[in-house]
Amino acid sequence: MTVVLLFPLMLALMGMKNDAAREIRRPQPGVQKSLAAGEKIYKKYCLTCHQADGSGVPNMTPPLMQTSFVLGDKEKLINIVLNGLKNVDIDDQTYNNPMPALGSVLKDQEIANVLTYVRNSFGNKAAGITMEEVKAARVKSK
Amino acid sequence: MKKNILFPVLLATAVVFSIFSFTKIPPLAKVHKNTKPGADNAGLTLPKGFTASIVANNLGQVRHIAVTKEGDVYAKLARAKNGKGILFLKDNNGNLEEQSGFGDYGGTAMRIHDGYLYASSNTDVFRYKLNNKDEVTDPSNSETIVTGLLDRGEHNSKSVTFDDAGNIYVNVGAYSNSCQVQDRTPGSMGRPGCPILDSAGGIWQFKADKADQHYGDGVHYAIGLRNVVGLDWNQKDNALFVMQHGRDQLHDLFPQYYDAKISSVLPAECMYEIHEGDNAGWPYIYYDQIQKKQILMPEYGGDGKKTADKKYVDPVIAFPGHLAPNDLLFYTGNQFPEKYKNGAFIAFHGSWNRSPEPQAGYFVVFVPFKDGKPTGKWEVFADGFAGAKDISSPGKAVHRPCGLAQGPDGSLYVSDDVKGTIYKIVYNKK
Repeated sequence: MTVVLLFPLMLALMGMKNDAAREIRRPQPGVQKSLAAGEKIYKKYCLTCHQADGSGVPNMTPPLMQTSFVLGDKEKLINIVLNGLKNVDIDDQTYNNPMPALGSVLKDQEIANVLTYVRNSFGNKAAGITMEEVKAARVKSK
Repeated sequence: MKKNILFPVLLATAVVFSIFSFTKIPPLAKVHKNTKPGADNAGLTLPKGFTASIVANNLGQVRHIAVTKEGDVYAKLARAKNGKGILFLKDNNGNLEEQSGFGDYGGTAMRIHDGYLYASSNTDVFRYKLNNKDEVTDPSNSETIVTGLLDRGEHNSKSVTFDDAGNIYVNVGAYSNSCQVQDRTPGSMGRPGCPILDSAGGIWQFKADKADQHYGDGVHYAIGLRNVVGLDWNQKDNALFVMQHGRDQLHDLFPQYYDAKISSVLPAECMYEIHEGDNAGWPYIYYDQIQKKQILMPEYGGDGKKTADKKYVDPVIAFPGHLAPNDLLFYTGNQFPEKYKNGAFIAFHGSWNRSPEPQAGYFVVFVPFKDGKPTGKWEVFADGFAGAKDISSPGKAVHRPCGLAQGPDGSLYVSDDVKGTIYKIVYNKK
């Protein structure tokens, strides 16, 4: 009786564990697609300044590798793409070239894709960004 | 044909690095021991008969440098280190010993003129009195010569040079790539009657010995120069020569007119001979070194082919795009062979916006001159600063040339603003 009751419970637990593990290992649904689309956007709009390896240009363009700006608060990051950034020191370094405001150039889904790509490239590993998050940030920053 | 101009350069770099790629430069602390010239030339490749050594290292981001008549060196740092933005390095039998630091501001300019050391921050020009050994007598007491120049981040460095009539020339770079309504934004058009030009994107002339001069006290000497970091007075021609950093990102911003390949070499980095009132045309035109024409900027209605209605000053020599000329020096010494006399050395900082092509131009170039005019093609004089064959992104360059100075014995000094290395290049007479 106990065995009969425990067996499905164990199965259920094992299943949960597997699902949880898979969730961490594998990107969230849609992220793969987002990465591929994001890479195209990166090459077209970001690569010249931030470079193919995300290393940036010393004193001009900040790197995208392992910085709090990229890996930290999503809304802050989305706002940099939407509204640009200028004359802000990052980790005690000055970068003189401005980040253009791309809010009028890129659609919400494109921004979500490119940021998902950046947050999962150049050695970065962070949660993807969704179109809904970009949309919400856009409304809020208006 | 001009397209292939970089190929021999890259090939030469490749050859050199297959030979010198194992060169290790030991880090040096306070005393900067001279590396022995000869065998490895401090990792540089030079014309026959020249040798190079490292006379100082790990100084910080060294921008421009000045060598005194005693062979001592002043180095200006981009950012002050421990509250010191100028380093005084004393020559001790070929080694430079770091003696002192002063001036608590970052900047670029470092020149000796008429018994004074001149230095710049990103807004002001200062000078310090020198004694008969070219030592600063009172480092805490500087005199402000020019003040209140524009610094909006982009292209904010100020460089200086002097004529023989008591004037100092200061560049103020444009705080913009191409005067777009939205800087560096794809498709954004140019601001009508580019208002940046009233206080930036040009050269201003001031009195070299008058304190506290503002824009209004000076002469707006030349306009339409996007960003000049290297400038020098040519004694033979009695004229100002400047190196302009040309605009970036033609393909990124106007892909309908430029592919990535052409955008990696356009527009030219130009040397101009400048006289009062000259206009070099930024942001309305750029110089295309392949078509050998002034081309209308796409932000102002251009398409890569249309020429400008109005004629602006033509360059005296045009280099491939994006190589970033950071210093210019007319050689007046007697040590180097005759062909170098009165010719121009140019320190190129190396590119960042040539992708997907490899980055290029981390070298010092020579242009032969006679009577103030170039007499031949430019040639790479010193190469190998970047430390690798292919540099895909500028962060990978180990050293980047930034400043030039001539020693009292005619040696050429080159500064690097990545590691803070100073190279001394000499010619060995046979």
